[in-house]
Amino acid sequence: MKRTILLWISLALMVTALYLIFVIAPIERTMGIVQKIFYLMVPMGWLALLSFLVVFIGSILYLKKRSLRWDILSYSSAEVGVIFTTLALVTGSIWAKPAWGVWWTWEPRLTATLVLWLIYLTYFMVRSFATEESRGATFAAIVGIIGFIDIPIIVLATTLWRGLHPGALIFQGGLDPTMLLTLIISLLTFSTLYALILMQRISLKNNEVEIKRMKELSQPFN
Amino acid sequence: MENVSYVFVAFAIVWAVVFGYILLLLNRQRRLQQEIDLLKQRLEDRKSGD
Repeated sequence: MKRTILLWISLALMVTALYLIFVIAPIERTMGIVQKIFYLMVPMGWLALLSFLVVFIGSILYLKKRSLRWDILSYSSAEVGVIFTTLALVTGSIWAKPAWGVWWTWEPRLTATLVLWLIYLTYFMVRSFATEESRGATFAAIVGIIGFIDIPIIVLATTLWRGLHPGALIFQGGLDPTMLLTLIISLLTFSTLYALILMQRISLKNNEVEIKRMKELSQPFN
Repeated sequence: MENVSYVFVAFAIVWAVVFGYILLLLNRQRRLQQEIDLLKQRLEDRKSGD
């Protein structure tokens, strides 16, 4: 029921966001139409960070309480996070080509985001390499906690080091009000989608656990 | 207006990946539910057979 409501909210927000992006929001003077990618790239980056925040909290709670539900939450969020981080890097690269003339540059924020993507991959690798499932979950939780160090680095990259990114333009009031509204709606759209996908992924993982348990139960009969 | 293609590609990739992933999850969920139903049935059959 919750998921159906979220699905309808996501669909309504999606239509509103697309309408705002392509009809209402003005075309930026310097970059032109390509600036529209900004409404995708920023939410992708935000969800990459949000997913890892959930992984971080879930990992701490798993290590503290040893409850499978926290591991399932972290695992599910990490999977969704790796997808959004990939999309942040891809959309960033597509924007970089017309804006900076290159597909990729070792700019501080881009590099830190790539590091985040690699941390996500490490999270899954340590889990799959572990001999026991619980040990894999513990190792992954440690990666989830240590890897969180990269989040403030990404956020503060433009302030700490001089890069190509324009800095905290959004928070300094440097954005046209219509553009800001469009960005907020876009962020809301993808955040709702994230919640929906995460709930679906958790439910899937719970079913996988249930199947494993049932198979173990049916073992003595075979 | 030559940059329109970049915008189109970016939006197409994001929506294709997001919807593709949702469809993949729904498909996997359906298969797992079928497996759960089958296992439940099997367990019940074994219990009633004892």
